[in-house]
Amino acid sequence: MLRGLDKSKVKAFLFDNIVTIIFVVFIIVGIIASSELPLSFYINELMARFFRNAFLVLALIIPVMAGLGLNFGIVVGALAGMLSIIAVRFFDGGGIVGLLICFLIALPLAILFGFLTGKLFNKTRGQEMIASLIVGYFADGVYQFIVLFAIGGLITVAAGHPMMIPGGVGILATFDMGAHASQISEMSDQVPGLKYALDWIWRLPFSPALIAIAVCILIFVIVQQILAKRNPAWTVKKPWVFWLNIAVCIAIILLGVYGILFPRGFLWGIRDVPMVTGMVIIALCLFTHYFTKTKLGQDCRSVGQSQHIATVSGINVDRTRIIATIFSTVLAAWGMIIFLQNIGTVNTYAAHRQIGMFSVAALLVGGATTAKASVKNALIGVVLFNAMFIVSPAIGRLFSGNEGVGEYTRSFMVYGVIGLSLGLYIWKGVKAERDKNLL
Amino acid sequence: MEPSLLSFKNISKDYAGNQVLKDVNIEIKKGEIHALIGENGAGKSTLMNILFGMSVIHNTGGFEGSMEIDGVETVIKSPFEAMEHGIGMVHQEFMLIPGFTITENIKINREIPKKAIYNEITGKLFGNRMRTLDFRAMNQDARAALDTLGMDIEEFTLLRGLPIGYMQFIEIAREIDKKGIKLLVLDEPTAVLAESEADNLLKAMRNLASQGIAIIFISHRLNEIINVADMVTILRDGELVVTKPVSDTNAIEIAELMIGRRVVIDKEESTRELSDDIALSVKDLHVAMAGERVRGIDLSVRRGEIFGIGGLAGQGKLGIANGIMGIYSAKGEVSFEGKTLPLNNTRAVLKSGVGYVSEDRKGVGLLLDESIADNIVFTDMQIHGSFLKKFLGFISLSDGKNVRKHARQMIKDLDIRCTSELQHTGRLSGGNQQKVCVASALTQKPRLLFVSEPTRGIDIGAKKLILDLLRKLSNEQGMTIIITSSELVELCSICDRIAIVCEGRLAGILPPDATPVQFGLMMSGMDMGE
Repeated sequence: MLRGLDKSKVKAFLFDNIVTIIFVVFIIVGIIASSELPLSFYINELMARFFRNAFLVLALIIPVMAGLGLNFGIVVGALAGMLSIIAVRFFDGGGIVGLLICFLIALPLAILFGFLTGKLFNKTRGQEMIASLIVGYFADGVYQFIVLFAIGGLITVAAGHPMMIPGGVGILATFDMGAHASQISEMSDQVPGLKYALDWIWRLPFSPALIAIAVCILIFVIVQQILAKRNPAWTVKKPWVFWLNIAVCIAIILLGVYGILFPRGFLWGIRDVPMVTGMVIIALCLFTHYFTKTKLGQDCRSVGQSQHIATVSGINVDRTRIIATIFSTVLAAWGMIIFLQNIGTVNTYAAHRQIGMFSVAALLVGGATTAKASVKNALIGVVLFNAMFIVSPAIGRLFSGNEGVGEYTRSFMVYGVIGLSLGLYIWKGVKAERDKNLL
Repeated sequence: MEPSLLSFKNISKDYAGNQVLKDVNIEIKKGEIHALIGENGAGKSTLMNILFGMSVIHNTGGFEGSMEIDGVETVIKSPFEAMEHGIGMVHQEFMLIPGFTITENIKINREIPKKAIYNEITGKLFGNRMRTLDFRAMNQDARAALDTLGMDIEEFTLLRGLPIGYMQFIEIAREIDKKGIKLLVLDEPTAVLAESEADNLLKAMRNLASQGIAIIFISHRLNEIINVADMVTILRDGELVVTKPVSDTNAIEIAELMIGRRVVIDKEESTRELSDDIALSVKDLHVAMAGERVRGIDLSVRRGEIFGIGGLAGQGKLGIANGIMGIYSAKGEVSFEGKTLPLNNTRAVLKSGVGYVSEDRKGVGLLLDESIADNIVFTDMQIHGSFLKKFLGFISLSDGKNVRKHARQMIKDLDIRCTSELQHTGRLSGGNQQKVCVASALTQKPRLLFVSEPTRGIDIGAKKLILDLLRKLSNEQGMTIIITSSELVELCSICDRIAIVCEGRLAGILPPDATPVQFGLMMSGMDMGE
């Protein structure tokens, strides 16, 4: 294995994956610095954050494919999700039905918002990313007008509604999603709310869930290998990569078995896994993969690679770009609902603000660029990015003796990673151009 | 008799009064390779734009005459309609996506949906674009197209990283994969190919023709035309010179007909005495100018000489001046008056006494929103620090009074027609803008002046003034002048020697009174011996 490595290849690998590598190093340092905390703490934190955020990050992939870059405008989609939750909670909706109504209300809103954003992208060709950033701020303003003034100010609502600011105009700065059915005692007349409406439909203890997931991956890896060997157009994985995958899967299964046999072992204290949320995320991964195999997906890729050639070939470039934006916006709206049902309380005027930045940063950490992003990038990115969040207080303590410094480290890492990725991407482009013109 | 596959009947076209095609008639038969040859501006591209119904034609008032396909009069309004009539084009610049496989490139926007029940359902529910694609069938189609061309490369290879020679074949494969392709237009297909690749391409062309596909072959390489074409049509200045079977003609005749015998505008009788000093010597110059790449040129220009650089568009003649001046990255050895000129350093080259009038008047040459006076002195101010005065002993300010005085002098000397020296250059006519560019170069008092395309986009009267001015500079000041121009007539009327550039290399140097055949053959990259 090592024989095949030469210096320039190692250099190229480091250069291409520098953002991911920085994060991995950061996290390892953080874990070492806080070794007194139990393993269950990390896994619980990471799991909660993963299931909360993965859907939102996956919403970014289709626009990247269509050449729109990183869609900071998923904030607009998130707002559609927030509005639908406000609507449902206003009428005390909850449970699975309430959640489905949320998804349904968010759909037309997000389609409309996505259409308008897509129109804007077509008018700001070449500047889509900055346009998406600004459209997020703009939509935030409109949203605030609606939520803070229009509700109660223009649309009269019943006085004394618990979600309203006491004066009767505007929604409270934070409101509750309502408790999950299983948390309400039978004696109380409380109706179930939206909290954990998706997460708690079906939960499995950690160890069996681990085995289930590892078995699924094992089957997937083997089937893929068999298909790849049959089909000459597919790239067959190198044997050592294949066997490494198998070995990792088996190791995870053994870990799960250990967890079942020794419930008080080092896996003790890890919370249950929200299976339905997991399935929704897997379904979105599969959908994204399926999408790339469709005519529309192929058109998106053509448009993303070269708008000029796509136009000459007769593809309706503007329409394709708008559709890609709509997909992203709708997925972001649903992702926001999944995010909030896990959090449990809605920060009416702030919950959506960082969604764009954090999701984009997570995708970039996973190794994506403005021109290339895959499901794999999104999943790895969500894990690494959230792991960084978890260990950053420890890092802060390590370097300054103050956990609060970790907060600054976080924003430094978020904006740093976006800046670094964009800079490196441009720099690579310039370098490629220069190499092309080299004599 | 069977009607021709395609006939152009009495085609004329003018762009705002500027006649670019005059009464052209061409017939193209099934399975025929029809070569189209002509100098820049002869009307080849306009004719092809008409054939493909490009918007540039319809937005400028259409054209006169008619087109018939299989004997039926046809109006083509867009490239897609052309495609529907079975006409395909292989562009000079590749329309290929490097991040796609060969199959994906061949099948772009003509992908085959998979035949499966779930696809019928998703197709009905969410529209046809949500159907998945049948990559197996697409690969098979791509394979068939590649086999027709005799290419044994795997159809699922990613395009990025393939040698440039393959691209042409993949472009052609895409066109012949389209259903009912009858006519294929190849625009300079061999320009980017190595010799052996070019041979393969010609073989593939013959193979396609034998299957009944007609080919319009636009090329400047005479030997290839002689080799592969059945018929040749020569265009010159928008007029059809002749259409004849290739077997009835030869390279020399084609070259002569392409250039034509032209009257040289009032050639001054040569009594010029030139010194034997070498002013500029260029050794193995390479320039990375996209579309005008220079691939190794050696030149020596004598002091006081007016030296012309000619050749067809895209062959690299413009790259020479741009490379030496450092506008595009260059490699090689250039020395001026015995001293080596640093390459890729515009400032140093200007400083050592070389002036430059760019072919890109509005982009490189002028600051359009600044006054004539500022434009004239700007470069000199930057390079030599002239026209400056000190304020408080250390702040340099523009010496407005001197600037305007100098500008007025230049306006008088060069007869620049303007309201005053403060007029913005963006408001001037092309000829006067060019004079401002020359004035700016002269202000630097160069001993060597590069002038690229001095008369492009300038009316006839102004052309003569510019050429007279250059000649006067040479005669009175002994300035060495290197003119790069697409117009051979212009070069012949003013230059002492003319270098012809072909495919980035020097094809040869001719005296201005050389015959059209000599120029034609050289521009087509043929050795004089052939």
